[in-house]
Formats: sequence, structure tokens, C-alpha cells
Amino acid sequence: MLLTIGMLGILSLIFGLLLGYTSVRFKVEGNPIIEQINSHLPQMQCGKCSYIGCHPYAEAIANNEVAINQCLPGGESTMLALARFLDREPIPLEAPEEVVPTKLLAIIDETACIGCTKCIQACPVDAILGAPKWMHTVIAQECTGCELCVIVCPVDCIKMAPVPATLSRWKWPHPSQI
Amino acid sequence: MRLWQFHGGIHLTGHKDLSNHTGIIPAKLPKFLILPLLQHIGEPTEPIVRVGDKVLKGQIIAHCFGSDCSLMISAPIHASSSGTVVAIDARPVPHPSALSAPGIVIETDGEDRWTELTAIPDYTRLPAAQVREHIAQAGIVGLGGAGFPSHVKLRSKDIDTLIINGAECEPYITCDDRLMREYPQEIIEGAEILKHTLGGAQHCIIAVEDNKPEAYQALVAAAQGRVEVIKIPTLYPTGGERQLIQILTNKEVGRFQIPASIGIVVHNIETTRAVYRAVTAGRPLISRVVTVTGTGVEKPQNFEVLLGTPMREVIDQCGRKPNLETLIMGGGMMGLALPSDDLPIIKTTNCLIVGQVGELPPPPPPLPCIRCGACAQVCPINLLPQQLYWYCAAKEFKKAQAHSLFECIDCGCCAYVCPSHLDLVGYYRYAKAEIRAAAAERKAADQARQRHEFRLMRLVREKQEKAARHQKSKSNPDLTTF
Ligand code: SF4
Ligand code: SF4
Ligand code: SF4
Ligand code: SF4
Ligand code: SF4
Repeated sequence: MLLTIGMLGILSLIFGLLLGYTSVRFKVEGNPIIEQINSHLPQMQCGKCSYIGCHPYAEAIANNEVAINQCLPGGESTMLALARFLDREPIPLEAPEEVVPTKLLAIIDETACIGCTKCIQACPVDAILGAPKWMHTVIAQECTGCELCVIVCPVDCIKMAPVPATLSRWKWPHPSQI
Repeated sequence: MRLWQFHGGIHLTGHKDLSNHTGIIPAKLPKFLILPLLQHIGEPTEPIVRVGDKVLKGQIIAHCFGSDCSLMISAPIHASSSGTVVAIDARPVPHPSALSAPGIVIETDGEDRWTELTAIPDYTRLPAAQVREHIAQAGIVGLGGAGFPSHVKLRSKDIDTLIINGAECEPYITCDDRLMREYPQEIIEGAEILKHTLGGAQHCIIAVEDNKPEAYQALVAAAQGRVEVIKIPTLYPTGGERQLIQILTNKEVGRFQIPASIGIVVHNIETTRAVYRAVTAGRPLISRVVTVTGTGVEKPQNFEVLLGTPMREVIDQCGRKPNLETLIMGGGMMGLALPSDDLPIIKTTNCLIVGQVGELPPPPPPLPCIRCGACAQVCPINLLPQQLYWYCAAKEFKKAQAHSLFECIDCGCCAYVCPSHLDLVGYYRYAKAEIRAAAAERKAADQARQRHEFRLMRLVREKQEKAARHQKSKSNPDLTTF
């Protein structure tokens, strides 16, 4: 167990360094407006806006092809941030019942996993570690909760669970809620 | 010695009479000790014992990562009595969230048997770094309530003044008062050890509020001129680090500075005694003095409590009255309400205020702010509390930050004088938490974006490589035959 954690730790460190390096070395020179819009999006890459990721949605917003209320995971605050940044009218979200989206995390039942690697191919942020025919596991820190891995798993062994409450994530509530 | 003033401040009823007349007595040894892995500000410790292990009093059971605290903001946890480790799991911790956090549970064997302790016979002959390491291994953190690991504060260079904070300005708390009266010698010698550990600070001042004359007298008698003992006026929040520095030196610690950057380090009274005990007797931090007070107990009292002792048992020893309703950890102004007393006493538990049902009438409902400005007059940081309140309530967090929200020390002076009974500190805490969480979220999103871009790049490259291989095999048909 310790060994696995250690190995995963080292692996994620290596990937992290590689990532930092490549992000500087191969920096994409995009349209600055699109990049700024993108920087207001939650980067879950879940596709719930009906684009295949946050960046394509940002492009579509920049081209005035789509409304600014399509990102459900970002919720009202993302919509308001976009409205402010683009100086557009705020529009209510289409799923008002889920006002405060709870953050989720994918968990793989490692005893049931058959090592098919399908989830790795689906994960937009490379948050799953594993090799063919070996059990797979989610790097909790990197998982954005996009749920894309859940449907592709042939043995249904991936579940979404709320990110556990910890002291470091706890927030003082609004005074009216005490 | 000349004294200065800080802006604002308020005069409060101390309620210290309740508990400061009798000496500190040891609390009973409990059946189970619950020791959370995080009892300080910084990184949590990691258990180095396993369920079933026998442990001795004073033995390290959870250590800093890699058993090396010198580069970390962390401090080891020791077994506070001898016994058997019966569980290592998540237990409720004393925190307003009512959440659980990992900890070690020891079933005590009643023998209270010490492990072998190593004292430093003559610390003056040892280099400062070695004494500091000894203090780190003893698990000492700021015992005034903040819990910042003391050895980190002792790492500072070029310290000119060491201040020992005996102000104890918060209502109800009397543990430092009793310690100064009963152990003045240990405190003075502890101060000298700290001075040595800081590479020989020029000045060493112990500041005591003038509502504690006995403590002041005891310290003066014990100091014999070795350390300067200063009486300062009683005013809340004099015990705040920055406020105390201003009173004693007229120096202001800048916005993003720590006191060490202007050559000053402040340590608490009980911390100083803990350092004395760790160096001269090798005794690690396994107990602390806790004031148990309030109208909910028959006999308010200061106890020397083994860390990890359930609050419930200590309250029982004071004569628990029926119908207890409120429990506050800390002082009357900045203390935090706890959901239950089934929680362990940890390194930062300096005071428990127990209240009965109906003792405090429910606070009157808040009224709109009338812009009277009373709050601004008492703010020790010279902020504009009503402006901050407007911004925080309207979720205009950027503006709140521009008005120095993060300089607010949550002292509660503004809310205390507010005629509209607004929960001002509640709004500041809420806003600070939201701002911190948003920053953390932004950082995580940025990382996710980078990872996603990296992945897209990888997919493009893999496609190209595949295409290239394909090309190659087409032009080289011989190679594809096997
Ligand atoms: S719905 Fe939001 S988070 Fe999901 S891909 Fe679209 S913009 Fe990104
Ligand atoms: S692990 Fe699953 S839920 Fe998490 S980011 Fe990857 S695909 Fe999305
Ligand atoms: S998709 Fe399911 S079975 Fe396949 S590797 Fe991922 S978790 Fe295992
Ligand atoms: S004291 Fe209260 S009512 Fe007066 S200005 Fe401040 S917040 Fe407003
Ligand atoms: S709680 Fe903050 S704003 Fe209010 S008086 Fe104290 S420092 Fe000033």
C-alpha cells in the first residue's frame, strides 16, 4: 500500500514536472480573448455545455455562437463572471435546481477493474493511472469530477462520490446560516 | 520604560475572578487519550506506531514527514501517558465544523510510566541550532491558542528583542496568570533559553497586564534583573502579537511582514515554560494548563491536563451543573463554540467556558447598520469595519480585500460596540473563507487546464507518429510481412 502510494506520488511528481515544462515550452499562442474567457471556466472538460471541453466552449462564446449560461458545473458564479468580463447581460442557468453544484470525485473499485484502459482514454485530464490488464486508480487531487469515465467502463466499477469534507476544505458559513 | 498605544481597543469585564484564586491542580488520568495528528498550524504529523503497540509516556507516536521537523511547519505528537494504541482513525476534533480528523487513541494502563528522557545539562554550551532541534523534538507549539510550531519561530535570524506575552487580555482565561504566579522561576529561565536559541537577542521583555499584580510581583522577584518585566495597561486586545509589539516598541509590523522581519519574536508564557521543561528535564509537551470556567461548573479551576483527555471528563471534575448548553474553546471574545464536549483537549485548548441553558439571552436580532462609526473607533488595526461589512455582505470580495480585509485579526471589538448587533466578525470570516476557497479553486482549474492541454498535445503527437509509421510501412512493404 505504502509502496503504491509512493510510486503514485513519484509518478505524479514526474508528470507534474513534465507538464510544467511542456506548458512553458509549447505554449500555444491563442486568441487572447478566448484564453481569457477560458480562464473563467471551471476546466472540468466535462462537455455538459455540449462542446468537447472548456476551450471549445470559450471559442464559441468569443464568436458569439452560444449563450454564456451553458456551463452547468460552473454554476451561477461562472455565468456572472463571464457576464462581467464580456459586459453582457447575465442570463439565468437552465438547471436552476442545482444552484450550488457539489464537487464530485471518481472512485474506481479496484477489485472489479479488468484493466481495459477505456477510462484512461476518456479522462480529459489524465487523472487515471494504470496499465493494460492492471487495476486502475484515480489520482484524487487531479480528478475534476467530469464523470466522463463512468459511462465508458464495461464493468461499471467507477462511481462518483462527493469530495469528502476535511478541515482544510471547510469554510465559515454565511452569518445568516448559523 | 516608555510605553506606546495602539489604535482603538475596548475595556472588558474580565470574569477572571471565577478561576484565578486557586492553584493549578492535575486533572485525572483518563481511560482513553485521543490525540489528533494535527494539533498545530501547519502540516499534519504521520503516525509511527501501530494499533496494538505498547507506548510509554513521552514517547513520540506521530512525527513530521520523514521524522525531520527542521524544514517543516510541524511538530511531533507524544503519548501523554503509558498504555496501548487501540485505534488510529478519524475522530471528532475540537473545531467549529464538527468534522473528524485522523488521530491516535491510547488506552491508558494507569501506570503513567515515562519513557527515557534526555535533558540538556547545560544549554549555554550548545549551539543554538541544536537547542532548537531539541525544542522541535519536544513537540512545542504556541500554547496561547494559535499553535504555531515554536521551533519555526526560533529559526529567525537577527532578532533584537524577545517578547514573552503575559498579557492574557481575553476574558475568562487565567491559565497564564496562574502559571506566572506559581512557576515564575521556570518562566524566567525559559525566557533565557529562548534568548540563547535566538542567537542571543539583545533584549528580553515579559509584558503583564496590570490586572494581574500578583503575577507581575512574582515575575519581578524571580527575574532579579535578568529579564525586564513590564506592566502594561489592561485593554483588549493588548495580547495580540502586533498590538503588544506596538505598545512596547512603537514599531508597526507591516502588512505582509512577520514580526521577525523587524527583529522581534513573541512567545507565550506557557510556551516558555514548556521550553524550560523540555530543555532542563527533557520533558516533551504532553500536558498543558486549561482554564475550565463559566457558570456551568460548580468550581471553576485551572488544570494541568494530559493532551488527549476528553473535555467531558475535565468538566466533570469541576462539578458539572445540569442543563449545560454552550461550550466555548478559547476566550470570551475570540473563542469558538464547540458542538459537544466529547472532544479531546489538544495543544491549543487554553480555556473552556461552560454555560447553562438560558444563561445568555439569545442575541437580539441584527438591525441595519446606521453608519454610526463606533466600530471604526475601536478597531485596533484602524480598519473601516462598516465598509468591510457592506462589501462582505454584498459579496464584493475584491473591494473588501482592497480595504485590507486580510489584516483584520477577528478580535471582535467592532461587533462588541455595534449598536445594531451585527455579526461583523461572522461576515469577515465568511468572506475570508470564500476568497481563500476561490483562490484554491482557481489554482486547481488552472492545473486541470494545463493537464488537458498536455493531453491534447499528446494525442496529436501520437496520431502523427502513427501516421508516420503507416507511411513508412507503405513505402517499405517488406517490413510488414511479419
Ligand atoms: S460545461 Fe463547463 S466545465 Fe464542462 S466542458 Fe463546458 S465549460 Fe468546461
Ligand atoms: S477520473 Fe473520471 S471524473 Fe475524474 S477527471 Fe478523469 S474522467 Fe473525469
Ligand atoms: S474502464 Fe473500468 S474496467 Fe476499464 S480500466 Fe477503467 S476502471 Fe478498469
Ligand atoms: S458600529 Fe455597527 S451600526 Fe455602527 S457603523 Fe459600525 S457596523 Fe454600522
Ligand atoms: S474584528 Fe477586524 S475589523 Fe473588527 S475590530 Fe477587530 S480587527 Fe477591526
